[in-house]
Amino acid sequence: MSRTPLDTVEHAAATPDVELPWAELGLKKDEYERVVEILGRRPTGAELAMYSVMWSEHCSYKSSKVHLRQFGEKAPESDAMLVGIGENAGVVDVGQGYAVTFKVESHNHPSYVEPYQGAATGVGGIVRDIIAMGARPVAVVDPLRFGAADHPDTKRVLPGVVAGIGGYGNCLGLPNIGGEVVFDACYQGNPLVNAGAIGVMRHEDIHLAKASGAGNKVILYGARTGGDGIGGASILASETFDDAKPSKRPAVQVGDPFQEKLLIECTLEAFREKLVVGIQDLGAAGLSCATSELASNGSGGMRVTLDDVPLRDSTLSPEEILMSESQERMCAVVEPEKVDRFLEICDKWDVIATVIGEVTDGDRLEIYWHGGKIVDVDPRTVAHEGPVYERPYARPSWQDELQADDANKLPRPETSEELKDQVLKLVGSPNQASKSWITSQYDHFVQGNTVLAQPEDSGMIRIDEETDLGVAIATDGNGRYAKLDPYHGAQLALAEAYRNVATTGARPLAVSDCLNFGSPEDPAVMWQFAEAVRGLADACQQLGTPVTGGNVSLYNQTGEAAIHPTPVVAVLGVIDDVARRTPVAFQEEGQLLYLLGDTREEFGGSAWSQVVHDHLGGLPPQVDLERERLLAEILISASRDGMIDSAHDLSDGGLIQAVVESALLGGKGARLIVPDGLDAFTFLFSESAGRAVVAVPRSEEVRFNDMCGARGLPVTRIGVVDGDTVDVQGEFALPLSELRETHEGTIPALLK
Amino acid sequence: MARVVVDVMLKPEILDPQGQAVQRALPRLGFDGISDVRQGKRFELEVDGPVDEAALARIHDLAESFLANTVIEDFTIRVEEVAEAVK
Amino acid sequence: MTARIGVVTFPGSLDDRDTQRAIRVAGAEPVALWHKDKDLKQVDAVVLCGGFSYGDYLRAGAIARFSPVMEPLLEQAKAGLPVLGICNGFQILTEAHLLPGTMLRNNHLHFICRDQKLRVENAETAWTTDYAAGQEIHIPLKNNDGQYVADERTLDELEAEGRVAFRYVDFNPNGSQRDIAGVSNEAGNVVGLMPHPEHAVEPLIGTGRTDGLPFFTSILKKLVNA
Repeated sequence: MSRTPLDTVEHAAATPDVELPWAELGLKKDEYERVVEILGRRPTGAELAMYSVMWSEHCSYKSSKVHLRQFGEKAPESDAMLVGIGENAGVVDVGQGYAVTFKVESHNHPSYVEPYQGAATGVGGIVRDIIAMGARPVAVVDPLRFGAADHPDTKRVLPGVVAGIGGYGNCLGLPNIGGEVVFDACYQGNPLVNAGAIGVMRHEDIHLAKASGAGNKVILYGARTGGDGIGGASILASETFDDAKPSKRPAVQVGDPFQEKLLIECTLEAFREKLVVGIQDLGAAGLSCATSELASNGSGGMRVTLDDVPLRDSTLSPEEILMSESQERMCAVVEPEKVDRFLEICDKWDVIATVIGEVTDGDRLEIYWHGGKIVDVDPRTVAHEGPVYERPYARPSWQDELQADDANKLPRPETSEELKDQVLKLVGSPNQASKSWITSQYDHFVQGNTVLAQPEDSGMIRIDEETDLGVAIATDGNGRYAKLDPYHGAQLALAEAYRNVATTGARPLAVSDCLNFGSPEDPAVMWQFAEAVRGLADACQQLGTPVTGGNVSLYNQTGEAAIHPTPVVAVLGVIDDVARRTPVAFQEEGQLLYLLGDTREEFGGSAWSQVVHDHLGGLPPQVDLERERLLAEILISASRDGMIDSAHDLSDGGLIQAVVESALLGGKGARLIVPDGLDAFTFLFSESAGRAVVAVPRSEEVRFNDMCGARGLPVTRIGVVDGDTVDVQGEFALPLSELRETHEGTIPALLK
Repeated sequence: MARVVVDVMLKPEILDPQGQAVQRALPRLGFDGISDVRQGKRFELEVDGPVDEAALARIHDLAESFLANTVIEDFTIRVEEVAEAVK
Repeated sequence: MTARIGVVTFPGSLDDRDTQRAIRVAGAEPVALWHKDKDLKQVDAVVLCGGFSYGDYLRAGAIARFSPVMEPLLEQAKAGLPVLGICNGFQILTEAHLLPGTMLRNNHLHFICRDQKLRVENAETAWTTDYAAGQEIHIPLKNNDGQYVADERTLDELEAEGRVAFRYVDFNPNGSQRDIAGVSNEAGNVVGLMPHPEHAVEPLIGTGRTDGLPFFTSILKKLVNA
């Protein structure tokens, strides 16, 4: 068998005219030329593999970077930020010496191809990001978006995604405490599977992805490396450098949650013994990313011997090893005298660990294979100095027409009977229906610290058993609002998540986001993206909640049709005493119901317009961030001082949706009175932002009203917790049993 | 009546965590000399009527579209005579 | 004095720290045990906690059952050491034949997590004396392979000897035969059940009920008064 010589650095320098398949690897011509310019010669195959994968949209953020800068430039003053954008995940100070890290990432495309494994490995990836910061993961959340609920392919994708999230997360022992499930035809060929995770650590335990200290060892540990996710590198191996045909490469990666659980325990034990100088998880771009990131963030260079990487498939070429995305692997930098102990801990947990290199006092990343040097690069040029694009963007021509198609002009119910029918239709619609068929497949109880889990407004976890300190997280997004107006749509997503955290009694501290959009090469999509980022950055600045990090997912489209612009926003909050948390469920009959905030005729993008008229047009609800901040302050104070026993934020579906949910969860009905100045329809269905419904014990009525009055928050008494119907006086009364059947029957019926 | 057996295995290049966990437990139980374990599924289909080419073609379709997830799994089909009355 | 109750950690155990907390809340002293050690550290009782030991690969509990720690455990359990198996722990106990029957995949084929109503059928085992016979309690349930099955003769025997310790009430979440949620051995020192009492010991956490605490106070009283 004749083999072409190994493409070493030397060989590359001597053979400048060899053509490399840069286009097949996704590089543009000018990008390839830049690589040649940086190196002063043609790259080796291994170098090309690294540059191509690290300069991809997914890893380099080349289209989004210029916009994302605003999150830093407009970042509000906050004492809470300990680690900001750019690390594996941001870290926030939550008091008492605790730090919390959280992040949301997308795993959209893999989840469409193979729903179970795609979703499972999405959970695995985000959890490794959290461990890599030095934190113990304590909870996960999953914002999900699927195509039309009654489309046959939704029956393939949704159960697989849900089983995959459950199968992986449950096996890791992480409670799943929040998220969303949304159906819309725009996600038919491109579901959104976003996965979020939270981790907790002491301040002194924060770890960063950097390789410092010449002589320190680089240890790869976890699963063996296989040919996962390396379509591109196989081209290199097969077409250019090796005439021996490579074995077939998997199109889909299979997750092993058991291996990941061992990885968590073994990493945390190594942290506890202070054995780790720097750490990085292996996700997209695998070793290419881990070695270049670690080296470029550290003070020196790095030398790696690729022959030492434990393989699952011995036929892998060096290019493939560098690009492999095999799951459940991590890379740690450890001082030489601590290596033995580190390996011992790995052995204790049956985790394979191998020294594959060391930190050098130079500034190059050098990688060897069979004795030859196949990579010699400045790691910064790989990891951080990739291309940056100012993609053209333009407000789409159809935007005006869409906004002019005013939802407020749609026909409204004319009789009480019609109003009642529309209420039932709303609470039984797939988007508004109970998601317990889905969430009951997730473990909410494991770790024994879950205070609140879905369908509560935010998930809440106790982080200190002695002091009862807790954190809350909510994720929200509304692609319909964002389609109508991306700037305000993104702000509404933030406002809702912020409000949801405050509704449970926690103080919002910081933001992470997962920005799901179509192709950046379409100027209309790029405009949506730019507007959404600008809106989110402005709103974060005004609310005083910095963005700690996030994820951008582009090219979410089927053919020419992009998904709705879907910025999903996660807000993290802190609560000093979880005993003060406020649940959604009505607690006691006789308690008074108050509506906080202003209700306007706002139906653009509303659930009502979708469910009753299958309509999307007009403008989304107005955004008033000062009002959101005031509302949050009132909700937090009322919760702390025991003035309210239940609270629910108003968002899609409006007031009636919120009241029905509180009633069904508490098993107690409500009598509602339409307030003066509002018609019943607007009262029930409007989606004006900055509102919540609270249940106030009679003993607290005066104190609560005084507080709202003194601080200038509009408050309207709208009824009382009572009986076993939801009774809108003068209009209709619906028995809880009928509401329950409608609300809880929809999803199982669709998926059975 | 005949029995058709469909064996579904993960493709060789796909990670098999289950097989791996079993393989790792073997030395502890005193079973040495087994270098790899892969776990799969076996389906036994009792077919009414003759197992002719047409029947096998239908079973092939069934295996491809339903029994196996061909994104990650391969399958094989073989006919097994059902020995009645043999104990 | 208080009792020392061991909690075994297998690779893939998830509720080991929660179980240690429940033991602490009840007033006993938790002792961490490791699957690779043939040593029970002279504990007075052992809990095999929930999780996915070895990822539940092959069969739930099948690989863990051959761990070194199981050797002294089997020996001492047969001699009367109180052992409680929760969820995966129950599966390990059936794989080890300390308890009869086995668990199949839930009949609806989904993982299920819910606040489950149970009836205490036997309040005389080592782990249930702080309940009243017939008492109905709510305990979180969360599993993939929770369908209890055994042959008819075994089931009849269990019923006749009062060894069905817990039964699902109102809703059978996994298709278990005769609604069985938990069983005990003949002597009553070994008990296994699918629901998770360790997740129902604090008023604020989980479902907000403390119906699981009596498991741990029962054993504590028994050991302290012994």
